[in-house]
Amino acid sequence: MKRIRLWAPALLLMSPSLLALALFVYGFIGWNLRVSVTSWRGLLPKYDFVGLRNYAALMSDARFMQFDVPHIAIFTLVFVGGTLALGFCMALLLDKKLAGDALFRSVYLFPMSLSLIVTGIIWRWLLDNGNDASTTGLNKLLESAGLESLRSDWFRSDSAWAIAAIALPAGWSLSGYVMSLFLAGLRSVPEELREAARVDGANETRVFWHVIRPMLVPVLMSAIVILAHISLKTFDLFYAMDAKNIKIDTPALYMWFTTFDGGFYARGAAIATLLLLGVALVIVPYIAYTVREERRR
Amino acid sequence: MTRCSRPLLQCRIAALLSLALVAIACSKTSPPVEKEAAPAAAPAAAPAVEPKATQVEVFSWWTGPGEQEGLDAMIADFKTKNSGVEVINAAVSGGSGTNAKAILANRLQAGTPPDSYQRHAGLELADDIKAKKLEDLTSLYESKGWKTKLPKGLLDAITIDGKIYSVPVNIHRANLLWFLPKTLQSLGIGAPPATWKEFLTQAAAITKKHKTPLAIGPGWTQKHLLETVLLGELGAEQYTTLWKQPNEWQSPKVAAALDTFKKVLAFTDIKSSAPDWQPASDRVLDGAAVYFVMGDWLDAYWGRAKKLKFKTDYDVVETPGSSGVYDFLSDSFTLPVGAKHREAALKWLDECGSVTGQDLFNPQKGSVPARTDADASKYQGYLATALAAWQNPKTVIVGSLTHGVVANNAVGSEIDSALSLFVASGDAATFAKAVAKAYTVD
Repeated sequence: MKRIRLWAPALLLMSPSLLALALFVYGFIGWNLRVSVTSWRGLLPKYDFVGLRNYAALMSDARFMQFDVPHIAIFTLVFVGGTLALGFCMALLLDKKLAGDALFRSVYLFPMSLSLIVTGIIWRWLLDNGNDASTTGLNKLLESAGLESLRSDWFRSDSAWAIAAIALPAGWSLSGYVMSLFLAGLRSVPEELREAARVDGANETRVFWHVIRPMLVPVLMSAIVILAHISLKTFDLFYAMDAKNIKIDTPALYMWFTTFDGGFYARGAAIATLLLLGVALVIVPYIAYTVREERRR
Repeated sequence: MTRCSRPLLQCRIAALLSLALVAIACSKTSPPVEKEAAPAAAPAAAPAVEPKATQVEVFSWWTGPGEQEGLDAMIADFKTKNSGVEVINAAVSGGSGTNAKAILANRLQAGTPPDSYQRHAGLELADDIKAKKLEDLTSLYESKGWKTKLPKGLLDAITIDGKIYSVPVNIHRANLLWFLPKTLQSLGIGAPPATWKEFLTQAAAITKKHKTPLAIGPGWTQKHLLETVLLGELGAEQYTTLWKQPNEWQSPKVAAALDTFKKVLAFTDIKSSAPDWQPASDRVLDGAAVYFVMGDWLDAYWGRAKKLKFKTDYDVVETPGSSGVYDFLSDSFTLPVGAKHREAALKWLDECGSVTGQDLFNPQKGSVPARTDADASKYQGYLATALAAWQNPKTVIVGSLTHGVVANNAVGSEIDSALSLFVASGDAATFAKAVAKAYTVD
């Protein structure tokens, strides 16, 4: 009886969100899975069973396999790597406690306050690749600075890595957030520890490597997970930059267009399931890691 | 006692929250009909309380300049003819209905359709028909005598399995090549090209003078260009059979046409193409590009928004190889199964199909009326030439691919995918195979 009294109020308090979660998250994941094994196309829902046919078709779908999957892999790699590096450097600089660091902290965070649609529209112009008189944006800046040789076609480039250019706006938007994560991590390292190391004769590099770095690992892990799953899901940024340009096509965009333009609901659901698997690939090891860490404590 | 009170309070809050959630979950069945009773928008002249007062919800994507005024004019005319019927204008913005279509799909699936909704006439309606979401309007056509008022080519294109499901309000033309006479003059080009072969010769010369021969925009404008190249290279007859017999895609003539398309595309600014059709056409206006293939909605943009004069400032010809052919697309209205105000919706369709309705809407929108007995004096400038071509019985009418006439949604979106791969890789054979395969998916 006493034990029930302990956990019953907690359960009751949580029940609304548990219910909502069960219905709107897990319920819909289940529904989506169900749709992905049907042959539903068109307006009328059709709940037959065709096995893994939609998945098999995607495996031989040129747009999905030769463009979307490599694209999202490249984008995730460049975006996560670049944003982490940039965010970490900014955090290191701000940690030096120079004058006006509060101002810089906000300035670096500001881009995140813009929706990705706005970011996309701004950067579509910044990454314009017009020639001669119609040059604008970054190319124009490079030209004015006498760096024409650095001119790029950005995401319009012929290279298979063209989509990496979109990591610029994405990183611009999120590096401030990563910076604040790292800054919180850096500031949580007790000053006594650093001083103790210095007293023992460690130089700044060694203080960083042996004292600060190990304490930043949890921050790094969460930053990677947050960025990686954002990267896999991102839709609005690509949509705003150049909606149907195959050079920056990703599974999320293909899912939207095939479902709502063509009515291929089953195929869209199959892509959604694969995306979910992709996100799970990143998140499940992280959850396992944190659970293990917490048990250790 | 005090110890116990906090968990107790928590219990109560939690119970309340759960109840609220259940209440929300259960309350969604009550429809928002309160508005209907309130005569908020009723004109002052109408009787204060009319028992038969009803409304009609008209769903469209006409929110842009010109089209919105046209729709308003049609609604105003409808109200004077049917006093007491309130028109709910449920328009969703977004060019070509990109946003409206997703919302409409949800409403159709939920079984709460608007009383009448806009679709491109032709096979874009096929999904709705197959899902039994639309009423057959053939009897309406017969009672109103519309079958004799619309050209046969149009009737053929909008008849699906012997039945007609929508009322076309306007007609746009897709196979047009736009240019500025002064740019041609400065380049020493006597006349715009009459064939795609001639275009390629001109284009090679234009490139040498550091201008873009043909401006292009996003993916759908590339599809639009493909459709006009196919039309010009294959001719109207084979172009039309192409959409009925997918095997045609494997024919050598189509392969040659696709090869031409590839060559034409190489003379466009596709690598740094503009994000939409208006900025793409701006490149022609500022002289950076020479030609632009676009539908005649461009006339409203150049003529009205940019205040240029037709014939003197800008001019237009049929796309190469399509002289005498009218590659049309049309906005039409429908009667969904289960429309809440069916009677009023039928009256709305009557308005859409009437000469007055079409003559009110089209001059504003910048299109020509679907009916051939419309009042020609209302159409000036480019529209006068378009209407003359539309009303000319010798004109051959074919349907547009990009704008939903000859391909259903499934085929259309599969062609989108295949075309973007084709543009990226230049592999025409794979493209033809993918398009032929698209017909087998449904």
